[in-house]
Amino acid sequence: MQHTNTQDTIVGLFVASGIAGLLFLAMQVSNLSSFVDEDSYTITARFENSGALKVKSQVSAAGVKIGHVIGINFDPKTYESVVKMSINAKYNTLPDDTTASIFTAGLLGEQYVNLDPGGSDVYLQKDGKIEITQSAIILEKAIGQFLFKSAAEEKK
Amino acid sequence: MIQFIQNLGKSTRTSFNKLGRATYFLFEIISGTLGILLRPRLLVNQLYSVGVLSFLIITISGLFVGMVLGLQGYYTLSDFGAEETLGVMVAASLVRELGPVVSALLFAGRAGSALTAEIGLMKATEQLSGMEMMAVDPIKRILTPRFLAGLISMPLLAGLFSAVGIVGGQIIGSGLLGVDQGIYWSQMQASIDFHDDIINGIIKSVVFGFVTSWIALFEGYDAIPTSEGVSRATTRTVVNSAFSILGLDFILTALMFGDN
Repeated sequence: MQHTNTQDTIVGLFVASGIAGLLFLAMQVSNLSSFVDEDSYTITARFENSGALKVKSQVSAAGVKIGHVIGINFDPKTYESVVKMSINAKYNTLPDDTTASIFTAGLLGEQYVNLDPGGSDVYLQKDGKIEITQSAIILEKAIGQFLFKSAAEEKK
Repeated sequence: MIQFIQNLGKSTRTSFNKLGRATYFLFEIISGTLGILLRPRLLVNQLYSVGVLSFLIITISGLFVGMVLGLQGYYTLSDFGAEETLGVMVAASLVRELGPVVSALLFAGRAGSALTAEIGLMKATEQLSGMEMMAVDPIKRILTPRFLAGLISMPLLAGLFSAVGIVGGQIIGSGLLGVDQGIYWSQMQASIDFHDDIINGIIKSVVFGFVTSWIALFEGYDAIPTSEGVSRATTRTVVNSAFSILGLDFILTALMFGDN
């Protein structure tokens, strides 16, 4: 009887450690833990060009993560990109004249939405819209403009 | 010439025959599953000899594989100034590929070969026929618990392998080479998706556990009951398991990760 009890214990430990390993993968390694978060509300912003922004990209204000992108759609009427964002309900005091811009983290990093709060006293509500936006900087466009500009200056 | 055609036909017939016997054998094993649920003691015994005894080799190999990935990844990524993505590289390669595949290969070598030898020797010493004489179904009593134990252990072992490997990569990456620890984890969490990467990795390991245990048990059950026959069956188990694991891995990867 002693023997079978020891074996039960060891098998139990093995199964527990296996499950702990899988849980570790789920919570620590993957992004699952950041999506089981508490209440949140959605806001939308329209960008002329949303660049390489993806669903699940980070939304931050003053460098702190406050939410994530949950949908990017093309509006066929205005030819704009409609970005839906889910913001943590803790941060419900964003003014309605907040500016949304798409930045890149580092030179090769991922793109994210940065919210720059304005000075208005009216706060953004659920399903609120951000009116002032700044598109993603497309590197090729910027380089192209720079080259044209320097070529034009040389001609003078 | 005719001899050659005849041999070809014969080998086709025997391989189909073997496939058919293996499939029939699989159905018989699976049909015993319900009976095992009533006698979990048999399953626990096998979980010990199949799973627990493979624990050490899996975790130690996982640690070293993760550490090697950390080193090699760092040297390659630092050429591009992208050391901060080391965590992503280590985690993605472990969770998607190396975790399921390498642990399945080790499992086939450690547990699969032992299963084949055990069953083959039981057959050679007529223990299986003895059980039939006592009206005990050897497939349900001996083989089904071993099969289920392999099926349950494999995803647990693969998860452990990946988890230990990621920690090993972190030990090397941030302990030895100076990648920031916070960046290692946060970049990993930003890029590894629970459904696309981790669930698919677990599915892979379940498939590998199924195939490896099936091959090991069938080769043992089908072995010629002599010492040479058992030794050949053990070799075939390891070789065939390795082939099937790697081949299936390619197919599963193409199906799972094809669209991104």
